[in-house]
Amino acid sequence: MEDKVIIKFDNVSFAYKNEEDETAATGVVDGFSIDVPEGQFLAVLGHNGCGKSTIAKLMNGILVPDSGKVTVDGIDTSDDAKVTDVRKTVGMVFQNPDNQIVATIVEDDVAFGPENLGVDPKEIRQRVDDALMAVGMYDFRGREPHRLSGGQKQRVAIAGVLAMNTKCVVMDEPTAMLDPHGRQEVMDTIQMLNKERGITVILITHYMDEAVKADRVVVMDEGRIVLDGVPKDVFKNVEKLKTLGLDVPQATELAYRLRKAGFPIADDILDEEECAAAILRALEVK
Amino acid sequence: MIKDITIGQYYNGNSVLHRLDARMKIILTVAFIVSIFICKNFWSLGLMVLFTLQTVIISRVPLKMVLKSIKPIAIIVLFTSVINIFYIKGGTPLIDGRYIDITTNGVFTALFMALRIVCLVVVSSMLTYTTTPTMLTDAIEKLLSPLKIFKIPVSTLAMMMTLALRFIPTLVDEIDRITNAQKARGANLDDGNFIERIKALVPIIVPLFVSSIRRAIELADAMDCRCYTGGPGRTRMKQMKFCLRDFIALIFIVLFIAGIVLLNYYFGAVLVK
Repeated sequence: MEDKVIIKFDNVSFAYKNEEDETAATGVVDGFSIDVPEGQFLAVLGHNGCGKSTIAKLMNGILVPDSGKVTVDGIDTSDDAKVTDVRKTVGMVFQNPDNQIVATIVEDDVAFGPENLGVDPKEIRQRVDDALMAVGMYDFRGREPHRLSGGQKQRVAIAGVLAMNTKCVVMDEPTAMLDPHGRQEVMDTIQMLNKERGITVILITHYMDEAVKADRVVVMDEGRIVLDGVPKDVFKNVEKLKTLGLDVPQATELAYRLRKAGFPIADDILDEEECAAAILRALEVK
Repeated sequence: MIKDITIGQYYNGNSVLHRLDARMKIILTVAFIVSIFICKNFWSLGLMVLFTLQTVIISRVPLKMVLKSIKPIAIIVLFTSVINIFYIKGGTPLIDGRYIDITTNGVFTALFMALRIVCLVVVSSMLTYTTTPTMLTDAIEKLLSPLKIFKIPVSTLAMMMTLALRFIPTLVDEIDRITNAQKARGANLDDGNFIERIKALVPIIVPLFVSSIRRAIELADAMDCRCYTGGPGRTRMKQMKFCLRDFIALIFIVLFIAGIVLLNYYFGAVLVK
């Protein structure tokens, strides 16, 4: 499946204009370049105000760069005439599920995207049923969104993007407002999209345990990429991550502290099982 | 629970009335309301009451819910009836006192008025009981679509209605949350005179506006992402189609109106000039 680039950032800079105070810019992106190959599950990490949400909005033309170029499937996002094509390729799920559901019935909401694209009614029905089944919300199709839990609402929002048949989904902290159960539901759905449907997923998050599940992790600070690689390599840089105000996964943290205390434990541990096995080995060695 | 509010007053069911095309239901309701006001005697009035009862029965909406819809207008009905009894003159005098003067015309007008209002409310609530808000807005959009010729943005207006309906529960939740937050900060919302209470609402309304605007901006982004342009070229998943039952309903209401006109004609007006 190697390796067509679907989203490409070429030296992109962007700053929000603040009319009262020119210097007080937040969410700045400064000389950002990245290639996202098709089918990848990419996690973008960073503390608040590091520009990660801005990156998300640059990916489907809600924002256009001040300088540099963003191309989606070969289309320049700053081309107003083709912005619909960009959005047909890159769907987006936002943080607050309440603010992205437009209809009073679940299935009507999922139908909203394809309706806007002028898809044939019969095919919309097909796509809506298919999308709702994929996220496990088919039984809720006739319900009112405000009666659903946060995780369910977010899955409806994901179904709304799925029904548009986008190749790529950008998620801007989709689990930030959810309880642990809802987070798990949404993460399972995201992984399903990526593994089973081959959809490129860009997950913007500040949860380390979510980033661990990605194929690739990018850590941002002040609008730039500071670390980029597979999770194992990125989370080796425990000290660097800490200076950026980020945590590492708990298992990595434990392994790191044990290593500092003199135990022979590897530096690429990401989850509890790996950690337990490594500790066992270390104890046997002692 | 505040979350349990129903938008509109839809009663979930599967009766013929529920399955009728929403556009047809709106047309029929309007036709019925017009016909209410042409009833001139007890025969046509009786037919109207019969029609109303029949609508309630086939809708299979529980009688309790129907009565609930009449409750708020009971006072209005009572009030207009009393006024009518005492102030409409003409016909045979029933009580001819020095101060009170009641005539047949007064009593009949009062009765007519009361029955008309009750039937009107019952039948129009039948419309909202058997039609979801989404279907209603869709139907209104379709019915108003000829106005597009005059450059009236009917689809956009319908979209606005849908969004308004969609956000009612969300905003109710929000008000609840803000109220609690302000109470926790010591706001006193329940005491004081009218002016004081209005003033106490300011710390609720201001944050509500701020958050609503923020929501609106996010919603606009989300709609943009899903390719909403507000322009032409939009299709709908749920197509509205008139089927046989809609035409039967139409024939039914035409017969009903014809019946009223005929009864009016045969039996004449009950009110004496």
